[in-house]
Amino acid sequence: MGLAAVLRIALKALRVNKLRTALTMLGMIIGVAAVITMLAVGGGAQERVREQLKNLGSNLMLVLPGSTTASGVRLGAGAAQVLSEEDALAIALEVQGVVVAAPTIRGTGQVVAGNANWSTQFFGTTNDYLVARDWPLAAGRLFEPAEVAGSGKVALIGQTTAKQLFGEGVDPIDQVIRVRKVPLTVIGVLERKGQNALGQDQDDIVLMPISTARNRVLGQTQGRQRRIGAISVKVADGVDMKVVEERIRDLLRQRLKVQPGAEDPFTIRNLTEILQAQEAASRVLTLLLGAVASVSLLVGGIGIMNIMLVSVTERTREIGLRMAVGARARDILEQFLVEAVTLSMIGGLAGIVLGVAGSYVVGALANWTIAITPQSIALAAGFSAIVGVFFGFYPARKASRLLPIEALRYE
Amino acid sequence: MLIRVEDLHKNYVLGDTVVRALDGVSLSIDAGEFVAVMGPSGSGKSTFMNMLGCLDRPTSGAYWLAGEDVAHKDADELAAIRNRRIGFVFQQFNLLARTSAVENVELPLVYAGVAPRERRRRALERLAGVGLAARADHLPSQLSGGQQQRVAIARALVNDPSLILADEPTGALDSRTSVEIMALLQQLNAAGMTIVVVTHERDIAAYASRLIAFRDGRVKSDARQAARDAAADLAALDAQPQASE
Repeated sequence: MGLAAVLRIALKALRVNKLRTALTMLGMIIGVAAVITMLAVGGGAQERVREQLKNLGSNLMLVLPGSTTASGVRLGAGAAQVLSEEDALAIALEVQGVVVAAPTIRGTGQVVAGNANWSTQFFGTTNDYLVARDWPLAAGRLFEPAEVAGSGKVALIGQTTAKQLFGEGVDPIDQVIRVRKVPLTVIGVLERKGQNALGQDQDDIVLMPISTARNRVLGQTQGRQRRIGAISVKVADGVDMKVVEERIRDLLRQRLKVQPGAEDPFTIRNLTEILQAQEAASRVLTLLLGAVASVSLLVGGIGIMNIMLVSVTERTREIGLRMAVGARARDILEQFLVEAVTLSMIGGLAGIVLGVAGSYVVGALANWTIAITPQSIALAAGFSAIVGVFFGFYPARKASRLLPIEALRYE
Repeated sequence: MLIRVEDLHKNYVLGDTVVRALDGVSLSIDAGEFVAVMGPSGSGKSTFMNMLGCLDRPTSGAYWLAGEDVAHKDADELAAIRNRRIGFVFQQFNLLARTSAVENVELPLVYAGVAPRERRRRALERLAGVGLAARADHLPSQLSGGQQQRVAIARALVNDPSLILADEPTGALDSRTSVEIMALLQQLNAAGMTIVVVTHERDIAAYASRLIAFRDGRVKSDARQAARDAAADLAALDAQPQASE
């Protein structure tokens, strides 16, 4: 018998008792919808972390000065200004596996352009910073080497800063902004980066050559010449970041003449690793949610088995007749198995529709990122078929093992 | 010779006792015969019917159907033989509910692997043969008992079997309809079909041309008889010159 014929018989049998069929399917629908929604919610969490990872720049490490103690008062991280531009240069040149090491000086202040003003943060750095952060330019050009070396009066600005100072639709390039009253010419605008892991707007920023920041804007003393706030390090792909971290630590301890056994006067933060740990956690969350939802799929499957057993009992005489007119055990098995799988698959498909809709509703109501992947849909569809086969097999086999004479005489 | 059974035994184990439902049955039936099998309940006639119909296997003994030894076939082979060789007619008609008359008639062809178009053509032909061409799309619940049994007979015939096995075919019908059904079976027999009817009613057995009586699992008597003419009985019932089909 062809599959189309078997399928037609199955659909006909399922139409006989519509309410029962609908209720049985409801078990599958809820199960599959739950799996899809939960995977979408969990996947959304993963998606968000992954987004942050991408935003941060891949394989990024941050070297910060450590704390210092002044007259018994321990100051916070970054208070000790031990790192210099030369350290950044040394890391870039000497440590294997490092792509770039960009020194940065950070400051905050009022930025003025025309009659608009805006309080923002600014970074004195080099072009390497943009490489480390995977942050391309939307328009304009990068710093010239002469500008970096010679306190060039130029700046790159983020999208938010551009919007606040110049409004929408105005090209800020070649306009002059004044950072802490120092006039700088805007030479480029950065691409939109969005929020960072903590929800801060990364586009609210002004970048300038490190020498400009030190000599013109911050105006630091001679004694602190060449001291920097932090070093952003980008590690090459496929290189173990742990190893690179150790190499940087060794190099810096050497350069800063730290005694063996003494505490590091700096901190190395492996930002990528932190986010990767978060991603792993959210993956576990997804698995957990999916596992919990699968329980309802299991319950739906038991419902199918229950109804199929009732159906086999009810239709014993039909089975006997089919056998009398020539159905083999295999034909009967096939018929009931196809019926169970049809039941679970239709339920599964309805569940997918409901699950996708439910995911969007949850996403909208809870303001949560959701991620419906083709894999999760395929998984749900596959599972509903497997549930149908698994829970339909026992009743179908029971039907196929009936003896024709007994089935025919069944009252 | 269409059917030959030799020393057929069937034992059922019920608790500690062994019930000998068939206790050494030997007989043969030629193609084209119209045989009635009679006997009180427990005489073994139903068991014999199941053996003939390949619905059950004997404990021992031999059974040849159309020259084929069918006593030792496995379940799938028996299913194929039932499909090809035997048409069943049951007391309760055993039509599939919510399934039209023509689809009911098609059922054996479905398992024979006949293409849908050909199935439909042959089923309609058989329905016309039992006078129900106009009711092909009716559901069993929309048909009278006699009409349902006619659909069942059309279904039994659709695969061109060697043998029609009718188990109490009139058991659920009133007496007039019973005569109608027997007239139809006589008509088929006249066209060459071998028919075996199991019944406990002497009136029904009278329409057969051979009567086999069972008792305690054995053949008690086996005799040819002059068959009553069902068509004539119908005519008498209607007091009309020609009985309507």
